Amino acid sequence: MLKINNLHVKLEEEDKVILKGVDLDVPAGAVHAIMGPNGSGKSTLSYVLSGRDGYDVTDGTATLEGEDLLEMETEERAAAGLFLAFQYPVEIPGVGNMTFLRTALNAQRKARGQDEMSAADFLKLVRERAKALKIDADMLKRPVNVGFSGGEKKRNEILQMAMLEPRMCILDETDSGLDVDAMRLVSEGVNALRDEGRAFLVITHYQRLLDHIRPDVVHIMADGRIVKSGGPELALEVENNGYADILAEVA
Amino acid sequence: MALPQTKMDATQTRIAALAMPQSGAWAREARAAGLARLEKMGLPGPRDEYWRFTRPDSLNAVEAPEAALFKGSDTPDFGDLDRLTLVFRDGVFDADMSDDLSLEGVEIQRLADAAAQDIHWAKDLYGVLEARAHDPVNRPFAALNSAFATDGFVLRATGKVSKPLHFRYLHEKTDSDAILHFVVRVEEGADLTLLESGPAAARFNSCLEVDIADRSAFHHVRTQGRDHERRSVTHLFARLGEDSSFKSFTLTANGRLTRNEAFLELTGDNASAHIAGAAMGDGEFHHDDTVFITHDAVNCESRQVYKKVLKNGAIGTFQGKILVKPGAQKTDGYQISQSLLLDEDAQFLAKPELEIYADDVACSHGSTSGAIDEEALFYLRSRGVPVAEAQDLLVLAFLAEAIDEIEDDLIADDIRLRLEGWLTRHRG
Repeated sequence: MLKINNLHVKLEEEDKVILKGVDLDVPAGAVHAIMGPNGSGKSTLSYVLSGRDGYDVTDGTATLEGEDLLEMETEERAAAGLFLAFQYPVEIPGVGNMTFLRTALNAQRKARGQDEMSAADFLKLVRERAKALKIDADMLKRPVNVGFSGGEKKRNEILQMAMLEPRMCILDETDSGLDVDAMRLVSEGVNALRDEGRAFLVITHYQRLLDHIRPDVVHIMADGRIVKSGGPELALEVENNGYADILAEVA
Repeated sequence: MALPQTKMDATQTRIAALAMPQSGAWAREARAAGLARLEKMGLPGPRDEYWRFTRPDSLNAVEAPEAALFKGSDTPDFGDLDRLTLVFRDGVFDADMSDDLSLEGVEIQRLADAAAQDIHWAKDLYGVLEARAHDPVNRPFAALNSAFATDGFVLRATGKVSKPLHFRYLHEKTDSDAILHFVVRVEEGADLTLLESGPAAARFNSCLEVDIADRSAFHHVRTQGRDHERRSVTHLFARLGEDSSFKSFTLTANGRLTRNEAFLELTGDNASAHIAGAAMGDGEFHHDDTVFITHDAVNCESRQVYKKVLKNGAIGTFQGKILVKPGAQKTDGYQISQSLLLDEDAQFLAKPELEIYADDVACSHGSTSGAIDEEALFYLRSRGVPVAEAQDLLVLAFLAEAIDEIEDDLIADDIRLRLEGWLTRHRG
């Protein structure tokens, strides 16, 4: 599904190299996790994949089902099936959550040559998906993320994911700022979307999210590279011993 | 204080080129009084305190500068909303194109007919609210209007008027110069909605005086037409009685020069005045809102919400003041003026003011100028919304607070549709 090969990235504004040759292959149906200390480049990887300004790709490739992601505009990547759940979801005063969801859904359908979804079908779908995430009518009516608590913002990200049904979901520190109950809700939302044809890349600092969203593969990222990959037990090792041992081992 | 010679000369030259219409006694006196006010204050000059941001030359000129007619399809204003329409062609009322002037709950009379009568209720209002509006800032074009208005109507609402009245201003000649004057009296317990649309003329001077009696309501929505070269100076003067309500919204899209002045006086307790505007400019566009609200009663509320979207050299200005007079306790005043600059060439100049002489009031004002929020734009795009559409969505979000001031949902939807159309035509 997602193939990253020797990806090198530097900041556009300054001569700072962040990613120094990332290799990653996430097949359809799989859940991969990326863990790593602060500043290792995890969030940068998610931004570069989604097409955020401010980064220069100096070498390497990133493809989604064989399509070159790096050549596409941000909205084209979304229409191709890439979704980034933001670490800090953005507040948009004046744009209703429903309007936002419908505009996004129909824009993607249009880009894929599909008909727009009717208002009635959309309403039915959004109510059903929102209910599972305990998102009430009021949250749907309010402007996007405005006045939402940390947990509400993250649930809203998962709702967008559930509505847009992407093939490749990247979750950037979705567990940050969540209490235990919210983490369970969010994880259940993610797990409900696990599917043969869909892949997940879960970026996190902590092992606890991976108790809820069980990964197939865990990668450790440090200094702009994947330094070690393994099964779920690797996450437990990090939890128990920290990153120091692993980093010493690969150094 | 005597006027400077240049100002006096310019004023006299302008006056000499204008003809005062024939009227009955009361109107003749009212017009003469307007002329006297104009002669005393003189036409505005660039050094006048409230004309620093906006050059008055083209409004002062004897001849109206030419303005090309708008080309391109224009959807009818206010959609298929049920209403009574009065049509003006280059500032002249056209009875044939207008609806029959009878509507339950309101008396509609052409200004010339009212002026021909010896005694008329409009005597207490024509030029009277205008005259009150010059303190502390002169509005010479309003005085000029009272003296020389060539057409207009007087309206008296006596009950809940069943549908809106709509003044539709057509611009058909490239050199037309229109001066229209309207007097509206909303009697106790009455409720009237007035709509205005269109550019009216190459140069348009309008004066709308509204007297809102105790426990009555006045709603006003206008769109100023899409002509690029037109020039307008409009005046909205209102006096509010006890428990009365006033709501006004203006959409300005395009126009070489627009100066929308408002002077609202809350004279009865528990009155509420809301005035809002959305202005869209691309290129040669200068838009000026000059708004004064005077609180002179207890427990009144006022809101000013002005939003401007500017690009490609467009200029927006806002001059707004809330004056709370001694004794006007429990005043709740709010004023916001904001601009969204879509590129580096657009400009927004603001002069927000508060002047408060009572000690138990809550007044706030704010003015900002900013660009599209890049974070929000990326967020929308990351969900698949194409960049142009995402930008339009954010512009509409910026305007939402002003559009929310329109009470009628159908009218608000029509305004939104117009804004979306404008944004689509002015992408890139």
